[in-house]
Order: sequence, then C-alpha cells, then structure tokens
Amino acid sequence: MIAPLPPAAAARSYRTPGNLVIRIEGVTKLYRMGAETVHALRGVNVEIRRNEYLAIMGPSGSGKSTLMNMLGCLDTPTAGRYDFNGKNVAHMVDDELAEIRNREIGFVFQTFNLLPRSDALHNVELPLVYAGVGPAERRERAFEALRNVGLGDRVHHRPNELSGGQRQRVAIARALVNRPSILLADEPTGNLDSRTGEEIMALFEQLYDQGNTIIVVTHEEDIARHARRIVRLRDGLIERDERS
Amino acid sequence: MLFSEILRMAFGSLGVNKLRSFLTMSGITIGVFSVIGVMTTVTAMRGSIETGLSILGVNMFQIGKNPTGIQLSGENRRRVEQRRNITLEQAQRYRQLMEGWTDVVCLKVFGRDGPVQVTYANRKTEPGVNFGGTNEHFLVANQYSIEAGRNFTPEDIDLARPFAIIGQDVLRRLFPAESPLGKMIKVGSRTYTVIGTFAAKGSNFGQSQDDIVITPITRFLSDYGAARFSVNIATQAPSQEVYNETVDRAITAMRMVRSLQAEQENDFELYSNDSLIAVFAQVADIVRAGALVISAIALLAASVGITNIMLVSVTERTKEIGIRKSIGARSRSILLQFLIEAVVLSVSGGVVGIAIGVVTGNLLAVWLNAAVVFPWDWAVIGLLTCTVIGVSAGLYPAMKAARLDPIESLRYE
Repeated sequence: MIAPLPPAAAARSYRTPGNLVIRIEGVTKLYRMGAETVHALRGVNVEIRRNEYLAIMGPSGSGKSTLMNMLGCLDTPTAGRYDFNGKNVAHMVDDELAEIRNREIGFVFQTFNLLPRSDALHNVELPLVYAGVGPAERRERAFEALRNVGLGDRVHHRPNELSGGQRQRVAIARALVNRPSILLADEPTGNLDSRTGEEIMALFEQLYDQGNTIIVVTHEEDIARHARRIVRLRDGLIERDERS
Repeated sequence: MLFSEILRMAFGSLGVNKLRSFLTMSGITIGVFSVIGVMTTVTAMRGSIETGLSILGVNMFQIGKNPTGIQLSGENRRRVEQRRNITLEQAQRYRQLMEGWTDVVCLKVFGRDGPVQVTYANRKTEPGVNFGGTNEHFLVANQYSIEAGRNFTPEDIDLARPFAIIGQDVLRRLFPAESPLGKMIKVGSRTYTVIGTFAAKGSNFGQSQDDIVITPITRFLSDYGAARFSVNIATQAPSQEVYNETVDRAITAMRMVRSLQAEQENDFELYSNDSLIAVFAQVADIVRAGALVISAIALLAASVGITNIMLVSVTERTKEIGIRKSIGARSRSILLQFLIEAVVLSVSGGVVGIAIGVVTGNLLAVWLNAAVVFPWDWAVIGLLTCTVIGVSAGLYPAMKAARLDPIESLRYE
C-alpha cells in the first residue's frame, strides 16, 4: 500500500524570502553537437532568494539539466550574467568554480553519487576535506549532519549496506555539511519508490523550515508541488514562474 | 587540502585493487631488487676483502705465469699464451737468489686435470678435492695451521717423499673414526702417507678451504709430469717497510732466473693483495654495471606498467572524479591524488625491492663469508629513483584525471 500523497498545501510553512542568492540575466548556452548547434538555453532570467523553496520543471530537452549545471557552477553560460551572492561567476575559472561548489552549493543527485567504498561518515566528510577543515572538526560536523537526516546510527555503513532512501539521506547530509547557500537537488526521488520519495520530500520540508534554500529540478508534478515556487522551462526559455 | 589526506586516499584506493597494485608494484620491486641485491653483495664482499682476511698472507705477493685480470686484448692474450712455464728449477733458483733477504718463499702447483677424488680403504671423497704440490711455507703463505701431525720439512721436499697433509673435509670423509696419521691415502693410482692435518679454515667465496690435500711439490711434479705445470711462487716480505724493496728484488731475481735481457719485458706476473683487490674491483664494476643496466630496463618497463594501470584507473574512476569535483575538489587536488597514488605504488615497490635485495644480498654475502652490510647509499638512490618514476609515470594519467569535465564524468557509468 502506498500512502496517499498529502495535499500539497496542507499545513505548510512559508518563510519570507531573504537576500538575493542567485541572479541570472539573459543567460544562453550553446552546444556544438557535430555540425549542429544546440541552443540549450535561449535567454533565461531568474532570481532566487534565500529561504526560497523552488522547483524547476520541464520536459526533457527543455534545458533544465543545462540550467541546473549552470546554477550548480558545473558549467558556465555562453552569454549572459550569472551572479551568485553578488559575485559574477559567468567568467570564473575552474578553481574558482570548484570553490563555489564546495562552499556555496550542496548537490543531491538522482543516483546519490556516493563513493561506494567509503562509509557514510567519510562520504559526508568529503566536502570538508576539500574545504581544508581539520579531522576532528570534520568528523564532528559530519556526525551532526548525519544525525540531522536521521542516520546517526548508520555512520559506519557503506552505501551498499544502506537502502536507497538512506543513501539519499547520506547524500543530503553531504550536501549540507559545509552549510551551503543553496541545496540543489536533481530528481532527488527519481531512483526511489514513491513512499521513500515522500520521506525524502518530507525531509526537504524540514530542511526548508530549518532555513535552507532549496532548488529541486524535476519533471514530476507531485514532487514539484512540494515547492513554494515552480519555474517551468520549455525550449530553453522560462515559460512560467508561479508562486503558491 | 592536507597532504596526509591525499596519502590516505592513495593507500585506500590502492588497497581496493590489491592484486592489481601488487602486480604493478612487482615490476619496480624486481628492478630495485636486482640492483640492491648486487650492490649489497658486492659491498659486503669488498668490505670483507679490504678489512678482514687478506687473500694472501701478510706482506705476501705472488708470481705466476698468467695474469689474473680479465678482458685482455687479443694481442696481450697471445703474448701471455706464448710465455714459458715457470719450472721448478727456475722457482728453486729464484728461492736461492732471495735467500738471506727472505726465507718465506712458497712454491706451489695446483690443479691436476679432471676432478680429484681421494680414497682410503673403501671410503672416498667427493670428486673435486683441491690437490696440489707445495713446500713447507704453504702454511704461512696461505694462512693454514696444523692441527695434528706435522708440516713438511725441507728434507721431505728435497727427497720428494710421498707425504700428504689433508684438510678437515677430507679428514671427515676418509677417517671418521680413526687417526689419519701414518695412513696411506690414494689419489688415482698414487699413494701418499698422511703426516698431518690442517685446522679447519671455513669457506671463502663459497668454496671450502678444507677440501684440500697437499703433497711435496717435487713429488707432485714427478707424479704428474713437470712439463705440464707452471709453478706459482708466493714470497713474504720480512716487514711492511721493506715490502716494496722485496718486490723489486723479486722482479730482479725472477728476470735473472728467466734469463731476460734488459730490453725484454717481464714474462711473468706479480700480484699482491692490492692487485687482487683491484681485480676484484674490476669484476665488481662489471657486475655492478650489468645490474644497473638490468634494473634500468626493468624499471623502464615497470614505469610503463604504472602509466598503463593509472590510465585504466582514471577511466574506471571517472564517476568518482566527477563526484569529487562536484563537491568542490579542485583540479589540483585530483591531480595530486592520482600522482601520489602512482608514487605510492612505485615507492612501495621500491621498498619491497630494497628489503628483498638487502636480505638476498646479505645471505649471499654470509655464504661467501663476508660481513652483513646495509647499502644506505643505494637504498636512498633507489627510493629517489622510484619517486621520480612514480611522478613521471603518473603525471600523464593524473593530468588526464584533473582535466575531466565534471558534468561528463558525473554522467559516466
């Protein structure tokens, strides 16, 4: 039996959006695929503020993956402006982008992307390793992050000893351990059954309440409905930007 | 990012593919082992030769027909081959000429054709007994001592008495439960009366020095044909101070004995401990050069192996690299991670090679009666070489890893 989805608007909190975190202006992205040029993004404008809970939706080919890679500083735009916390990242070099990814962005992937041979604790510690945090503090913060996602008793389990939902929780703990400005989730429930998916969405709700800024990229209406704002993409352009 | 962190990662990921890491390492191990093993043996042996036992007795030098060196040019070899044997008469004449200056002149002839087997009653030795003719100075010249019985007397030599002095190995084989003195032993069809035994001397360069039978040189030459042998003459200088003068006198005496004209070159060789050490050093240099060439080839092959396995590793771990980059690893961190992995692989191989090389080299050295040594200089050179190999073999794969696009890598399955 799958539990019925909770009504989307039932008893949910709304937090006042804070400072501007992301400002994207006229961003385009071109890919060359052989002889063809693909316009993945054709001039996107979007602003995201602290304390927002936002979903980016769109069918495949709409440019949502490209936008997500851009938001996550894995990629840079062909043209346009991308300000992250007031800094223009559009022209940053690789190492500067790595630093932003490390300190400001917490990724959650559809396939979890944990290091298979490291236990949960070490996986969660990894961003802190690259941030240069010392071993003792690292350990403590990783413990805390795992406790926060309800895995305080699973810290020494390897990914293959954990269920899908637990793996995604480890990934969320890893994403949050360095206290990023945004949590960027790409189809976070795509590899989970719907019940576990709902658990993860409930966790997102909780994290939102704790003051995190969350961006979920998805093609599922049910998942998007958890967000307070939905940005719909089509053919590389924003089609609609609706707040609930 | 902390270096210790990267080091831990490297050991971690090498531990994952234990067999593969081991196989890759073994190339380096073999390369390092061959050079360290040889260097250890050579160093140990040289040390024991230079400091401990001298090859010849104290202040001794030897005169013989042939040089001990190697790599003679064709012309030299021909000249040496044409030399006349040093006959017993010449050697005795030499001895007379040296009389009054030094009395210790040992004449000896060793090496009958074929392996020598000594028998007594129904017992016999292994073939290959060191059998020769010499005189009463053999003990001093070769640092033997008598355990039972007596040494040859000048009279025994003059009269060519069929006497023998035997070493401990021969004693044990032929006379396990009885005294050998006065017993008749046989070498081939000849019979000799045992008048003494040598005290045990152990082995040198892997050869037992106790597997020996000596007989008066006069007897030996009349039994086996004087014309076939060239006599070796060992002379002891009365003291270190007059060593060089003794050598000069010896050369003069030898030239007289050999009836050489003033313009003729010496047709004999003179070797001292120093010249024997020099010969050893010459051989050691060739062995060392050979070991260096072999290990250089092995290490070159091994470094190609490391590059190869690191490239495989980078491809296999594309996803991991993507994950690391997505959570903020800089290219440099990835580069270092793979570079250190290659260095750890190479240096671990080197450490194992040094360990095996030192142990093997020393076992060989001990077997050859030399003292145990640890070749620090070569160990350090070996480790530095391994580090350089690790860096150079790992650089290209590590750069490839560092340059991977994070988006592409994350998608890699």
